[in-house]
Parts: sequence; structure tokens; C-alpha cells
Amino acid sequence: MTGKTLYDKIYDAHIVADRGGADALLYIDRQLVHEVTSPQAFEGLRLAGRRMRRTDATLAMLDHNVPTTPRTEPITDPMSKQQVEALMANAEEFGVQLYDMLDVRQGIVHVVGPEQGFTQPGLTMVCGDSHTSTHGAFGTLAFGIGTSEVEHVMATQTLVVKRARNMRVLVEGDLPPGITAKDMALAIIGRVGTAGGTGCVIEYAGEAVRSLSMEGRMTLCNMAIESGARAGLVAPDEKTFDYIKGRPFAPKGGQWDVAVDHWKTLYTDEDAEFDIDITMNAAEIEPQVTWGTSPEDVLPISAVVPDPASIEDKAKQAAAEKSLDYMGLRPGMKIADVSVDHVFIGSCTNARIEDLRAAAEVLRGRTIAPTIKLAMVVPGSGLVRDQAEAEGLDEIFINAGFEWREPGCSMCLGMNPDKVPAQGRCASTSNRNFVGRQGPGARTHLVSPAMAAAAAITGHFTDVRDLMAKEPA
Amino acid sequence: MEPFTILTAVATPFYRSNVDTDVIIPAEHLKTISRTGLGKYCFETVRYDENGNLRNSSPFDRPPYDKSKVLIAGPNFGCGSSREHAVWALMDLGYRCVIAPGFADIFFGNAIKNGLLLITLPESDIQELLKKATGRQFTVDLEAQTVVAPDGTVTDFEIDAYRKERLLGGLDEIALTLQDADAITAFEERDKMARPWLYA
Ligand code: SF4
Repeated sequence: MTGKTLYDKIYDAHIVADRGGADALLYIDRQLVHEVTSPQAFEGLRLAGRRMRRTDATLAMLDHNVPTTPRTEPITDPMSKQQVEALMANAEEFGVQLYDMLDVRQGIVHVVGPEQGFTQPGLTMVCGDSHTSTHGAFGTLAFGIGTSEVEHVMATQTLVVKRARNMRVLVEGDLPPGITAKDMALAIIGRVGTAGGTGCVIEYAGEAVRSLSMEGRMTLCNMAIESGARAGLVAPDEKTFDYIKGRPFAPKGGQWDVAVDHWKTLYTDEDAEFDIDITMNAAEIEPQVTWGTSPEDVLPISAVVPDPASIEDKAKQAAAEKSLDYMGLRPGMKIADVSVDHVFIGSCTNARIEDLRAAAEVLRGRTIAPTIKLAMVVPGSGLVRDQAEAEGLDEIFINAGFEWREPGCSMCLGMNPDKVPAQGRCASTSNRNFVGRQGPGARTHLVSPAMAAAAAITGHFTDVRDLMAKEPA
Repeated sequence: MEPFTILTAVATPFYRSNVDTDVIIPAEHLKTISRTGLGKYCFETVRYDENGNLRNSSPFDRPPYDKSKVLIAGPNFGCGSSREHAVWALMDLGYRCVIAPGFADIFFGNAIKNGLLLITLPESDIQELLKKATGRQFTVDLEAQTVVAPDGTVTDFEIDAYRKERLLGGLDEIALTLQDADAITAFEERDKMARPWLYA
């Protein structure tokens, strides 16, 4: 018998009942809840007279709609306000733990879960949000679900889940200096494509992945969904255990050792087989910038905007033409010549302390270009904000010309008032450059926090390594 | 979820290709907190003009179709986004059954979760049914797997056993899963011993 992959180990350990074919009823260890995809689920419970099976396995927070201006100000959009108030009332009625807008622990679900130690190796974890894949960084089987499924988990703590195929992305060697997890994530999507992981769970492995910090691994797994995969996974190791230790939901006392012993069994067996296996060389990864309206439209900073005429596949050619038209770019233009007027550092991809440190290091002693209309930093949680302030990062950002905001999803999807105007061009550390994602007509280029900082300083995309080689002027 | 057994109602003819989820429910109505009440926005651009007046070309609000529960639609119905609002809106407008030559995958999955019966029939059958959808009543019999037109002609349809059972019993997926409540509890009892730190 051949060995098992990490994915299969976690899946098998959670089967409650077989459902025929590739389907099984899986036990769901933990659920994160936010205000946008939960109201109808709570309403469904109410209408059916059902309770929540395990409030202790559920954690709710406000993130998508919340303004990033001072929390003492009211929410002006009545629909956003209604969604926020509905979650507060539902949490109260059903007895769910909620971090409200004034709670220091509040923030983006995918930043807060790990930060609180709610995310742990070997768990099955869900949230009504596609970027739930982030939690895979801990060796957690975590994936996004629809609203009926949210309700299903609330009522039964289980979900009917189809077994996914196994895919591995092996990144060998060491990442060169100045290259981050975000560049790795984008380079992988560029290679695999946005549908390359369809029907799969991707395990990221190899030296370059092992050497990433937990924050870096979260950035990587966050974007697994952008490769079309159900989830991303990194096998847990000492770094994972160190990160979790002492956090509020972490196992305590004697249970810690029992937990770690269990977590150490969570790896892919030597002789396990993957349905798809891809190998990349970390040394070849350069700073990445997207040029189109899909995360797979990505190139190194040294490249030029591609010419759709050179694409053979007719459908892809037409898509590229449409993208360039929307993005207002000409084929053959150097990526480094594309100027930006907005900079957004934030989102569940890149709003953790390490991300803010990386951006601040570039910005220290420098100021943003006068052509930048708005540059903002939105920490991923209240705790990230406090940590950054304790390290003086807020001052570096503010002195450079950035706005320092309160935590939330913010300009990642513009459900709150933070939007990029039509035809505005934004260097963004988020994960989706879809048409209209940051506001109607907005043009988004996905980059790492360091590359966003570099673009803010020069007013156009710039290889951050060149900037770092010089002293601030 | 209400059981689906025999449905007798007027059928609305609405034959168009690729009716997407934005047509079924425009995106601006998604910032809602409710699954109900979306019926008034269902097919909004088909039913109302820019000034909010009912369009003469729309079948939906005119008698006898205002009491309709069956929709006879075109190919690839429900394509577009994954949001469940499309199904909620149709059901809130009164529909319990949609008959079409084909449905988009995700819409298909969402419909069953909410008890909306989708029937796939060959194009030729659809054309026949459309001709007969002039305001008199159709009968959809799920047990017998038949659609009976007002003139008495019977059209058989296929449905897989698992979906049929769920619809007939009014078993939403939660109710079905709860039939395994003992297995869930047993899992938790075992798990509490193995991973006690996960239980408060
Ligand atoms: S930060 Fe963006 S991608 Fe992440 S959960 Fe919020 S809206 Fe979704």
C-alpha cells in the first residue's frame, strides 16, 4: 500500500459517514463567521427552530463592511450598517463569540484566526469566504463555503465534502534576497494558471516553503484559491508549533504535549503519490507585478506588458485584449514604466506584522511621490496595529505620506467606503485584480508589500532591490 | 424545507438562452441580510423599465402568471456567479420548479439545497410545453417523474435517486445529515478523548 498525503490524512480522520462516490460527511472542527455570508444562515436556523451545535467551535467577527476611519464614527452606508448590526444581534442570540468593532482582537477573519490560536494543525476549518485557504499554512484543511453550507455547519458541525485530488507544488532552493512569499505565490499562479488547481488541494513543499515564516506561509496559502484549488496546505513543523504556543485558543498545560505529538504525525508520507506534481526553482523568482485582470496575468518587474497578438489560444487572446483595454496598458510597455496613483497595503494576504515591517523598511527615511493621490496602510487586526505602533512603524508610514487606518478588509474589495476611483491605478498587496474589485473601473496591480512601498516612493513600479541598494535620498 | 410531491400550477413561458444570475437577481440587491424578500427584485430588469414601471413584454406580474409556480426556461439557465441569492429570489417570487434544456452547474447545486426542483428536458419537449403554457394548469408529479400538460399529454423526466428522495421528503441537507446525529455524537465523544483542547 502506498502512503498517504497530508490532505488524505486529515480528510480520512474527519469522516463521520460515507455518502457514496467521492463524497463523505466530514466533521468540521472550527468555523469562522463574518457579517456578509452569515445573515441568511442564521435566519435559516431561526426559521427551522435549530440551534447552533457548537458555539465553542465558532468565532465571529466584523471585517468586510467596517470603515477604517476612527471607530468612534458611525457607519454611514445603511446597508453595511445593517449587516454589521445583524451579526452582532445574531451572535448574541445564538451565543457565538464575536469580536466587535471596538474589540482590540477585531480584524480580518483570516488574520485573526491564526493570531488567536484558533487555527491549528490537522483541523478541518471553514468560513463563508474563499480565502479561508489561508489557514492551510498551519497544516489545517481550511476552505471557503456557501451560505447554505455555513448554516449546515452551524446546525450539524459537519459538511458533505467531495474528496479533492492531490497536487503538490515543490519550490526548491532558496528565495533570493528581497523576494517574498507574495512573489512566490504570484509566480506559482503565473505558472499553474487560475484553473490549474481545479478540483485539487495543493500542498506547498520544498526548501523555499520550509524557510518561510508562518506569515509567509499564510500569504502563500491565501492565494491557493487563485490557482483554482479548494485549499492550500503546508505541513506543520517547529515554526508552526512556536507560533501557536501561548495564544488564547492554544492547548494548555499537559494537553500541549499531547497536541504537539499529534501534530508531528501530520506530513505526507515518503511514498505517497500526487495526481499533479509541479517543481519550481526559488532562485529564478523575481519581484512580481500583475498586468491584467486575473491573478495569472503576472510577470517579473523586469518584463514588458505582453502583446495579445502573440497569444495563440483565441479565447485567451481576446481575454488579454479586454484586460489591457480595461487596465489602460499598451503591449510592449515596460512594467517598470507603469505609473500608479494609489497604494494599498492591507488585506488577508499581506496585512500581518511582517508585511508591515517589510514595507516600513523600504519607506524609512523616504517619502511617497507627489503623484500618489492616496496611499494607505490597513493593518489586518487590532493586535497587528498595536504591535506596529509599539515598533514605531505607524510613524514611518505617516512620515512617508501614508494614511494609517483601523483594521478591516477595506480597499481589498471596496465594500466599505475605501475605493479606488474609476481609471485610478493601484499598487495593491491584496489577492484579486478582478474588474471593478477595488471599485467600479479601478485598475489593480498585485504586488508584495515591499514592492507596493517602492511604487509609492517612485510613483511607478520599481524593483525594490534597486531601491534598497541605495541610501534614502 | 417543504416536501415536493405533486405541484399543480400555471407555468410561465420564459424562453431565453443563458439567463445569468445577474438577470435573476441584480448584484445591487446582494448586500441584504435576508434570504426572503428578494422576489420583488427577481428578474428586475425583465419586469421593470428604468422608471420602475412594469414592462408589457414581461409575463411575470400579469394574471394568470402572477400565480405561477413553474418556469419554462431556455438553455444554460442560471449561469454566472455562485451566490445563492438567485435561487432565493426565484422561490420568493413563487417558483418551485424550473423546466429547461439545461442548467448551470453551481445554480443546479444551490437549487437542490433550497428545495427548488429543476427538470432537464430535451429542446423539442421544451418547445412543446411552451406552446401549451397559455395560462392553464400543469401538473408536475415528482414521484411519477412526469410533467402533465393542460391538454393531458405526459412528458417523463429523469432525476437521480438521491435528489428525488431529498425533495420528496422535504429533506433539506441539514435534516438529512441530522439522521446521522448519532454518528456525529459518537465522533465527538471519541474526539473529546483524543483532542480535548478543542472542546470548551
Ligand atoms: S481582505 Fe479581501 S480577500 Fe481577504 S477576506 Fe477580506 S475581502 Fe476577502
